[in-house]
Amino acid sequence: MKTRRTTIIIFLLPSILFLSLFVIYPMLYNFYISLFKWKVVRIESFIGLDNYVKLLNNPQFHRAFINNLIWILIHVPTTTVLGLLLAVLLKRVKGSYIIKSVIFLGMVIPQIVVGIMLLFMFDSDAGVINGLLRSLNGFLTSVGLTEFSFPIRSWTAYPDTALPALIIGSIWIWTGFAVVVYSAGLEGIPKDLYDAAAVDGASPIKTFWHITIPMLRPATIVVVTMTLIWVLKIFDIVYVATRGGPGGATNVMAYMMYEQGFVFYKWGIAAAIATIFTVIILAFSVYLVRSMVRR
Amino acid sequence: MRLSSILIHVLAWAIASLWIIPFMGVFMASIRPLSEILSGWWNFQNINITPDNYINAWTNEQVPISRHMINSILIAIPSTIIPIFTASLAAYCFARFSFPLKNMLFLTIVLLQTLPQQSVVIPLFIMLSQMGLLNTLPSLVIVHTAFAAPWTIFFFRNFFATLPVEVEEQARVDGASDFKIYYKIVLPMSLPALSSVAALQFVWVWNDFFFALIFLSGARELQPLTVAISLLRGRYFVDWGLLTAASVLTMAIPLLLYALLQRYLMRGIVVGAVKG
Repeated sequence: MKTRRTTIIIFLLPSILFLSLFVIYPMLYNFYISLFKWKVVRIESFIGLDNYVKLLNNPQFHRAFINNLIWILIHVPTTTVLGLLLAVLLKRVKGSYIIKSVIFLGMVIPQIVVGIMLLFMFDSDAGVINGLLRSLNGFLTSVGLTEFSFPIRSWTAYPDTALPALIIGSIWIWTGFAVVVYSAGLEGIPKDLYDAAAVDGASPIKTFWHITIPMLRPATIVVVTMTLIWVLKIFDIVYVATRGGPGGATNVMAYMMYEQGFVFYKWGIAAAIATIFTVIILAFSVYLVRSMVRR
Repeated sequence: MRLSSILIHVLAWAIASLWIIPFMGVFMASIRPLSEILSGWWNFQNINITPDNYINAWTNEQVPISRHMINSILIAIPSTIIPIFTASLAAYCFARFSFPLKNMLFLTIVLLQTLPQQSVVIPLFIMLSQMGLLNTLPSLVIVHTAFAAPWTIFFFRNFFATLPVEVEEQARVDGASDFKIYYKIVLPMSLPALSSVAALQFVWVWNDFFFALIFLSGARELQPLTVAISLLRGRYFVDWGLLTAASVLTMAIPLLLYALLQRYLMRGIVVGAVKG
């Protein structure tokens, strides 16, 4: 068995080395960094948990946290429900494979490009959304309802429309994931269950509530937790479309961490945000892994 | 039943068209002059098709897309090949051998799949700078290899667990070494998993923005496409033709891979890869 031990060590070593040196060690090191006061990439003094206290009293951080929360509360239910309904719908559609592939496209392209698409789609001159609103306004004017006409403007440049525009973009990206996971889940439901329900004279809606939804529980757990984690981590589209602005309207934790760390070089604060961020995401990750192991 | 079926088809295809509009917009803008883009890419009267935007983007003086595309390729290829080897070796251990702390180790690895890049970026910045690797391409290859480990190990282990052990046992009886078995028997049987991981990891690295933004911030000439196009966006004036052409070029390779390897990519994202 001595040779087997050597094999195991040699096979595991590269991965373990990479992981411990460049993932686990930095993760702990980050917490250490957060305990100090920094002056532009130089340690100044040990201040314990002061950076965390400062953060918890920082309105900018509250705003970022709340924006993350709003984002989740709108995005997660929307993509989950939309994904489920589309998966069920597509089961009865010819060429559903093509439709699924199209909706999944957002998962494949760089999020930076999605951010640019958002700017473009919501632009006041070149954007198709404002083009549509302009025609609607024309119609409203022609029937004498001018006062109800929509403002024509670049959505990402105004505090009240920037966040909704970005959330629409993130929904556009991640609905495909929910559709594909739910479609796979639907394939796994035994047909006899539906046959039995049909024999008992259950209505389609009843069947959906009492067979489809409970049987899709594992898929729902994956869709909800994964989407939640992705949305929490959102960064690229915020960076390219709004830089967290205007006036913090689209600031989120990941972006604030970047800004504090690599625009203002306040590493103590940035590391504290990163630690809070890590704990929140790992908590969801633990939940996901536990529910997957139990299955 | 007939009518409802027609309605369902109309609805499904309407949703698909809705989803494709941003792509159409970006593509239409990329092949038309700015004056036509500003009056709406969806207006199809007086359409003039021009390659100028692509030429401008490809040979742009500040941000030459051609150059940045080469950078993206130089980063993505090693960052795909190296983790495939390191991770599949480790995953083989987890799938076939038993050793102390195995379950704890595996669980830790699985948990790290969702770790945000922000969690490690400041320490990595310090470490890479001490190693003299900041603003070099190897820094990104190292970091991407490390970040790929959790999900690739998880993915490969699940795949190896489905392979029949009989062939391997027979080879072992015949005196083949563990490495030979892995290399000559397990890897060739794992082509579907290898394709999934390769396609997904390549696309993931190609699409990555944050690590490249931070670790190559001082080396403009090495930055990949994702960072490059973020620089193309002017603060006050946006040249939509240039920006959309660069966007099309940036997503061309992921889209091409998706077209060719769709099955593998989709399965990769859905089954094993809970990363992003």
